[in-house]
Amino acid sequence: MKHYEVEILDAKTKDKLCFLDKVEPNATIGEIKSMFHKSHPQWYPARQSIRLDPKGKSLKDEDVLQHLPVGTTATFYFRDLGAQISWVTVFLTEYTGPLVIYLMFYFRVPFIYAPKYDFTTSKHWVVHLACMCHSFHYMKRLLETLFVHRFSHGTMPLRNIFKNCTYYWGFAAWMAYYINHPLYTPPIYGEQQIRLALIIFLFCQIGNFSIHIALRNLRPPGSKTRKIPYPTKNPFTWIFLLVSCPNYTYELGSWLGFTVMTQCLPVAFFTMVGFIQMTVWAKGKHRSYLKEFRDYPPLRSPILPFVL
Amino acid sequence: MASSEEDGTVEEKENNNKKRSKSALATAWLTFYNIAMTAGWLVLAIAMMRFYIQKGTHKGLYRSIARTLKFFQTFALVEVGHCAIGIVRTSVIVTGVQVCSRIFMVWFITNSIRQIQNEESVILFLVVWTVTEITRYSYYTFNLLHHLPYFIKWARYNLFIVLYPLGVIGELLTIYAALPFVRRSGMYSMRLPNKYNVSFDYYYCLIVVMLSYIPLFPQLYFHMLRQRRRVLHGEVIVEKDD
Repeated sequence: MKHYEVEILDAKTKDKLCFLDKVEPNATIGEIKSMFHKSHPQWYPARQSIRLDPKGKSLKDEDVLQHLPVGTTATFYFRDLGAQISWVTVFLTEYTGPLVIYLMFYFRVPFIYAPKYDFTTSKHWVVHLACMCHSFHYMKRLLETLFVHRFSHGTMPLRNIFKNCTYYWGFAAWMAYYINHPLYTPPIYGEQQIRLALIIFLFCQIGNFSIHIALRNLRPPGSKTRKIPYPTKNPFTWIFLLVSCPNYTYELGSWLGFTVMTQCLPVAFFTMVGFIQMTVWAKGKHRSYLKEFRDYPPLRSPILPFVL
Repeated sequence: MASSEEDGTVEEKENNNKKRSKSALATAWLTFYNIAMTAGWLVLAIAMMRFYIQKGTHKGLYRSIARTLKFFQTFALVEVGHCAIGIVRTSVIVTGVQVCSRIFMVWFITNSIRQIQNEESVILFLVVWTVTEITRYSYYTFNLLHHLPYFIKWARYNLFIVLYPLGVIGELLTIYAALPFVRRSGMYSMRLPNKYNVSFDYYYCLIVVMLSYIPLFPQLYFHMLRQRRRVLHGEVIVEKDD
């Protein structure tokens, strides 16, 4: 069996960083990364980007050496992706924050509002309802992170956790401050408005969860395969007929419901910012579906049926 | 495969023709725009000098040039558009931040808080802005006409070293002077309870704005310094990759 020689150069400086001889032809990029890690312990595999061309795309861990367009002496280029952190860790941290922070405002922990309000509760029942909805939403997210989602990538850059937590925690504090404020004004249309909002919120929570389950079932455990999602027996998934990323559609719906329920401008703002970000993600996902699958259903829009 | 390659080259020629006519139109517009802005800020400079020479004081100077200033500074918003559609190769964010800070100073500080219009700090930043903008717009104009005198290039990439910090001082002092009037009048502010369940305190907002100069100003300043090194000394700066 012919063995390969692998040299790894720095993508920017072209310095020779590592030379591996007697590499098996069926070795994967993942295995080569582990070997590289041995000679450079500060660059664990998750932060290595290995490519055929200094400015090219990263090779996948699953790619096999002998199937790549390289000679028996393969030259790869390395780029440091920077310190990495696992997606699960980031999700757990960014979602636990809002859960805890909102409750601190709900229970009116000292130093937030005037001292005479410390540890008092709001006299409006919609405030209690809002706390339950908000807490339910983030607990659902935490449980989905632990038991439902199957992540394509193991890690993301470390700086993302600071960016993401600032966003989630900051907005949670801003919303919670006003909803739980002693001078909070309940919705103008009273019970009718709150009831309608609650129905929308619950409908979209169930919808969002249904989509997450459907997406999980597309992918066998431990795999990173990508398939076109289709409607299942669950009516909440029938929206796949019209939309590529219905999980974002339902998420928008949940937050619109919460906005109407609390009639709070910061919540509306948070909903709008989230919608903009999710639209960017949905458009990207829709584009990669179209690129990867020739037979992708033409009726589907990225996030809003027929519109966006 | 062969036919699609041919289609490719026909498309390429069409695209090149489109690009050429788009860039001719873009160049014409940009030239007109930069000449107009140079003229506008020259008018401002002359008006300011005339006022000071005639009246011997800076009191009332702002009022006399306020309309012209508002017009030309607000019109600069189109520069964000230029970057967005790609006819000017600068970052949308950098341009956006610079133009927005100017709009903010003009409309939300000096225009709306009359009591600070006669402050010396206002004259300071007005002078700085005028010199900076005349230099900048004439630089762009000459560049587009492919006849750039060295002294304009020199001015554009050297005067900022002194003018930028002076401008920041003028702006910060003006905002600081405005604080007590903002607090007393409660302008642009909203208190609880209200049906939107939100509150906004312009006074604290201004304090946050002043603090934001601390991280933002060095970034813009060093961006200009890097551009200066590249343009005047042809150094190749390796940008930090993300």
